[in-house]
Amino acid sequence: MLDAIEAFLGVPAPLLFGQLLLGLINGAFYAMLSLGLAVIFGLLNIINFTHGAQFMMGAFAAWMLLAWAGLGYWWALLLSPLIVGFTGVILEKLFISRLYKLDHLYGLLLTLGLGLIIEGVFRNEFGSSGLPYRIPDELQGAWDLGFMFMPIYRGWVVVAALFFCIATWLVIEKTRLGAYLRAATERAELVQAFGINVPRMITLTYGAGVALAAVAGVLAAPIYSVNPQMGSNLIIVVFAVVVIGGMGSILGSIITGFGLGIVEGLTKVYYPEASATVIFVIMAIVLLARPAGLFGRA
Amino acid sequence: MSFTRRSALAASAAAVATLGAAPLSRARAQANSIRIGVLNDMSGPYRDISGPYGVACTKQAVAEFGAQGFNVEVINADHQNKPDVGAGLARQWYDQGVDLILDVPTSSVGLAVAQVAAEKNKAYINTGSATSDLTGSQCKPTTIAWMYDTYMLAKSTGGAMVRTGGDSWFFITADYAFGHALERDTTGFVKAAGGEVKGAVRYPFPATSDFSSFLVQAQSSRAKVIGLANAGADTVNCIKQAAEFGITRRGTKLAALLMFLADVHALGLQTAQGLVLTESFYWDLSDRTRAFTRRVLPHLNGAYPNMASAANYSATLHFLKAVKDMGVAAAKVSGTAIVDRMKAIPCDDDAFGPGSIRVDGRKLCPSYLFEVKSPAESKAPYDYYKLLGTTPAGEAFRPLNEGGCSLVHA
Repeated sequence: MLDAIEAFLGVPAPLLFGQLLLGLINGAFYAMLSLGLAVIFGLLNIINFTHGAQFMMGAFAAWMLLAWAGLGYWWALLLSPLIVGFTGVILEKLFISRLYKLDHLYGLLLTLGLGLIIEGVFRNEFGSSGLPYRIPDELQGAWDLGFMFMPIYRGWVVVAALFFCIATWLVIEKTRLGAYLRAATERAELVQAFGINVPRMITLTYGAGVALAAVAGVLAAPIYSVNPQMGSNLIIVVFAVVVIGGMGSILGSIITGFGLGIVEGLTKVYYPEASATVIFVIMAIVLLARPAGLFGRA
Repeated sequence: MSFTRRSALAASAAAVATLGAAPLSRARAQANSIRIGVLNDMSGPYRDISGPYGVACTKQAVAEFGAQGFNVEVINADHQNKPDVGAGLARQWYDQGVDLILDVPTSSVGLAVAQVAAEKNKAYINTGSATSDLTGSQCKPTTIAWMYDTYMLAKSTGGAMVRTGGDSWFFITADYAFGHALERDTTGFVKAAGGEVKGAVRYPFPATSDFSSFLVQAQSSRAKVIGLANAGADTVNCIKQAAEFGITRRGTKLAALLMFLADVHALGLQTAQGLVLTESFYWDLSDRTRAFTRRVLPHLNGAYPNMASAANYSATLHFLKAVKDMGVAAAKVSGTAIVDRMKAIPCDDDAFGPGSIRVDGRKLCPSYLFEVKSPAESKAPYDYYKLLGTTPAGEAFRPLNEGGCSLVHA
């Protein structure tokens, strides 16, 4: 029976299970990053191209906390999003808030430029080859799943990513705060008339979206090289994920993030040369068939 | 005109794609001055291997060469690891009176610039691209390859792995000219020693940062050695993730076929210890290398020189020696003539010691096999390597008649 499956799949079944699992883990990063983008786009109408740089800042903040202040991984997981989120608040106040009335393209150019500047500054300061960051002792080691050797830390990444995704979705869809936010995007003047400080709410939303990127950065620090270009490799893929899921759709970006991670994982087995392009092929197909994305409202 | 969300996104993709190089505009060179253009990666994955350090080492050589009756100017630019950008800059530089283009990492760019240099009859010394084709099937009378190539790496690191029992291999290969050449040359040594290659994956460069999938595939092939036919941040990520997946703990060996001091620094000794690698320069090799390092260190912003940045120093000194030997006016006329002169006179400098350049453009120097120290063994900053063995200059590189270079029978 197993032989028949293997003959059909073309690769040993255990290898395939392993790849599905690894795809899911990469999908966790896509989901967390695209979630932050979806929140920012859905509520602020800004295409935040600084997101990759903010993901990178999250990882660097973790490294700095350890190297300069002696604070380990768990502190970083708490403090790094706060610090990077705060820089996001400043960016929003100083620059982005001026663009809400203008076309999307202006926000995109601004955030793309800011992202490039931030990356350049980090590259000047820290070089390109990266900095070491260890997996915390509590999460060292691995489980033997039979078909694969599964590092505990990667399991933690999936759990943490799911937690943040679900929590964000609950806050926006199921709480009073989320209702205010959604209302403010539809009719800002009306919400303001009820005595709610809409500009501040928008600023904090941007900060929260940026903090989500920083959380992903901290989660990534122990497994990827902490280097200034770590975000730019990821961000283009993540934008494709957002487009496929439907711009601004929170649930769409979560499901698409995990789903595309799996698709990419399978491509790495069958035709690794195409693993960087497969997501864009899917994006093209989805845009032809459903221009608003899989979960978007037309 | 109004933009929809989707057209904005399409525009964003275009904006990313067109972030090209800014054109350089410089005054034309004066008759009595020599211009050296350092063309390398200033912003991408290979920046720390040479980048600003390669530029600093070139300037160090110019400063040490001193006033010899002509001026030397050093300029530099970022080729972004793109062959079209690199070839465009090279064309522009040579047309604007640059006499030597130096460095040029990333083999696809390195080969493209070699083509331009030959076309313009200008000197080109490569200290960054590893592909052995630069002095093989694609050799040019204007090209010199300075301190390493894929054959030398394969022979030293690959050969050492095979000798210690690593007779079955699986390659994780960067899908471009360099990765292919390194995989090909290493495969040659593995097979010659009676070993076998169980498979290979070729991953997109530079768009890959998660290698776990490839590492698990490599492991399930049951090969004894996983050959990393890549460089820079990719190699660092592979080694980091191999440790995470317990691959090395369970007996599979990693062969980091190309690794520089900066990569070891990025990994940290805790993860990198025990790795075997090959360089043709190490700062702590001899009194002469230590003296060179002491002189250049104040200009390196805390980093230490490796074989790539040190090669810029060594190559610049030798080039200037040849210019002086034949006179500036003659040197500026023909790249082939100056390269021939460089081949005719012996090399000697603190970084690489005495050496020579072969007719196919291959500079000969010894290759050194190192093992990365454990954290306990390392006593000083960048005290990372212990020497395992030396391959003499005459044996380190591919024999002259095996490369398929057209200059050899000319």
